[in-house]
Amino acid sequence: MTKRQVILAAHFPGVNNTTVWSDPAAGSQIEFSSFEHLARTAERGRFDFFFLAEGLRLREQRGRIHDLDVVGRPDSLTVLGALAAVTTHLGLTATVNATFNEPLDLARRLATLDHLSGGRAGWNVVTSSDAFTGANFRRGGYLDRADRYTRAAEVLQTARELWDTWPAGEPVADAATGVFTRTADPGAFVHKGRHIDIAGSFGVPRSPQGRPLIIQAGDSDAGRDFAAADADAIFSRHGTIEAGKAFYDDVKGRMARYGRRPEQLKILPAATFALGDTEDEARERAHHVRRQQVSPQTAILLLEQLWNKDLSDFDPEGPLPAFDPVLDADSIIKGRTRLFDDPLATANEWRALAQEKGLGIRDLIIEVTGRQTFIGTPASVAATIDDSVQQGAADGFILVPHIVPGGLDEFVDTVVPLLQERGVLRTEYTTTTLRGHLGLDHD
Amino acid sequence: MTEGLHLAVALDDAGWHPGAWREPGARPAELLTAGYWTDLVRHAERGRLDFVTIEDRGASAPGGPPDDERTDLVRGRLDALLIAARVAPLTSHIGLVPSVVTTHTEPFHVSTQLATLDYVSRGRAGWRVQIARDAGRDVDDLVAEAADHVEVVRRLWDSWEDGAEIRDVATGRFVDRERLHYVDFAGRHFSVKGPSITPRPPQGQPIVAALAHGRHVYEFAAAGADVVFVTPTGPDSARAIAAEVRALTDRPVKIFADLIVYLGRRPDGELPESDAHTFEGTPGDLADLLAEWHAAGLDGFRLRPGVLPADLLSIVDDVVPALRERGLFRTEYEAGTLRGHLGLERPASRYAASGPVRSAGVAA
Repeated sequence: MTKRQVILAAHFPGVNNTTVWSDPAAGSQIEFSSFEHLARTAERGRFDFFFLAEGLRLREQRGRIHDLDVVGRPDSLTVLGALAAVTTHLGLTATVNATFNEPLDLARRLATLDHLSGGRAGWNVVTSSDAFTGANFRRGGYLDRADRYTRAAEVLQTARELWDTWPAGEPVADAATGVFTRTADPGAFVHKGRHIDIAGSFGVPRSPQGRPLIIQAGDSDAGRDFAAADADAIFSRHGTIEAGKAFYDDVKGRMARYGRRPEQLKILPAATFALGDTEDEARERAHHVRRQQVSPQTAILLLEQLWNKDLSDFDPEGPLPAFDPVLDADSIIKGRTRLFDDPLATANEWRALAQEKGLGIRDLIIEVTGRQTFIGTPASVAATIDDSVQQGAADGFILVPHIVPGGLDEFVDTVVPLLQERGVLRTEYTTTTLRGHLGLDHD
Repeated sequence: MTEGLHLAVALDDAGWHPGAWREPGARPAELLTAGYWTDLVRHAERGRLDFVTIEDRGASAPGGPPDDERTDLVRGRLDALLIAARVAPLTSHIGLVPSVVTTHTEPFHVSTQLATLDYVSRGRAGWRVQIARDAGRDVDDLVAEAADHVEVVRRLWDSWEDGAEIRDVATGRFVDRERLHYVDFAGRHFSVKGPSITPRPPQGQPIVAALAHGRHVYEFAAAGADVVFVTPTGPDSARAIAAEVRALTDRPVKIFADLIVYLGRRPDGELPESDAHTFEGTPGDLADLLAEWHAAGLDGFRLRPGVLPADLLSIVDDVVPALRERGLFRTEYEAGTLRGHLGLERPASRYAASGPVRSAGVAA
């Protein structure tokens, strides 16, 4: 029996502390050459797609723009449009907010990208409602939190209706008979719903994939249902085999309710990695990267996010605060979701761990945040990825390099050939569209 | 090149004549492909033109059905800014100026999209400001909204000063937050806080262009645009319009005349009515006309080819050489950015001078 194939995606390193900028190898976060390098590397590794995150307002902490992390990013779909010119097969996907974009405009841009890339477009549908981000937009922070998913679902539904307006085969464009379109208004549409009430003529004829790939990233109950009902892929946080299996079974188990088969939804955890010639070397490199990711200043800042208080007087090498986190004030951090459900319990755990291992603030933060998903030799990492997919913990992974633009080079040079030897990753593309790569039907 | 004129072409579907798609050499089945647009822009770049514009009417305007029941007209089109981005890596010098609508769209998104086009083209982006028709609103209101829109977009481009990214390992700081600025715009149609999420684009301020047919839009264009497309009917009206627009502003605004051009075979019958002067004749005659209007005070021309690619090819292969013979057009690009082609300086950020003083030493 053929083994299940591993789906691989490349995440352009994000705007947060896990992207290392202090290393001499770190390049520009904004120049097109960085995007081009990473995309070409992913295509050389026969990856399924390239992935971009989104952030529509610069993060702030304690009322000031956050200055310690990589910051500054392009408009995602515009960069993907340019990447379509320098790649031939790689899927091109972007996170685009369903709250701060109008469905008509979004559907038009995504369908355009699908045309201009020959069927390689994908959309990670996210939603937010915060007034902080809304201050950059006409709409403002108008949406009740409870309405986020109902609006997102309706935006997606509307986009699908728009993508379906033009019949296949239109436009005819037959110069001999003079018929450009069979009907005068092939894009005619009406959508009347709770959040969206529009009518008119959709401007973009049906694109190569019919509908761009739909990705979903939320982890809540509502988010999981949204994915089970409507998504083609999930960007999940559950990278370990145990947690991955539980998530995988849960989400795929919901699909029958929506009349869908489990293989119609691909579950793709985010994954970071550190490679070495030996397991020891990989561990050392992993630790070195973690120290780069958590500078002394970043350690204090991350500690402040739990304590919800100015801790700038604390020594990064010294002990944790003896007092408890502040619970009754507004969050000091804006532009990012709250990280801790129970700050008191987490603070107690951290203090206990620091005590037990004799760790100062910085080493403690390194210990409790963001350890790499895969640490090992290329052979052991390839085996772990293969096992995760064969055991039903994931359909593949969205790899997040820690450095721009070369962060994926080593993985593609060393792990990819081993995955290909194992027969779980294509050696050449046999399909041309993103849906084709993932084994999904064209809508 | 101070004596020379600037030349752009306006790309629209199969050409500006509604029947252009049926002409020999037209590629009506490829209007939605990257290859079609890439070929057109490369032709224009081969002619060393300043820029191309790409038409678009946006998505957000209340659409409604077409005004007619005809099935012999081109319907359906792609987003112009994405076409420009798709073509950018495959070209090296020519400016890329998509139409982007201001009516109903988010200035924040438009700002980052154009800044990104400037990054992916390495300094060749422009924006043809397009006001959508909206039956429910009067023109003054739509123009006022467009003016606010341009102001916000421009502020956002400046909201990261040059050099805001410092990568200072000693202090752990990636950016100098003193060089990032809120734009704090509050207007009738929108309020925008800022700063941008995108660092200042390569040109600082990508080129803003607008088509203006009368006094009201001249004022808008003179206040906010770098390039104004106007529609004179002859050298005298060219002189009058150029003087009128220049009198409205101290800014270095470049004035281009729009002309629809037919240089060879075209669909039978009478030529359609148009907002711009229609030229039909030989490349040599067109070169003479451009020289005469240029002498009357215009900086350049945006030619709208009646039939694509035929009239574009004729512009590049016949009109451009005729202009060069008259010493009126470049033989090679002398700059790598659109601002450079137009002879416009890269401006400093508006926030750079007025920002907070960072240390006592800086002021000295």
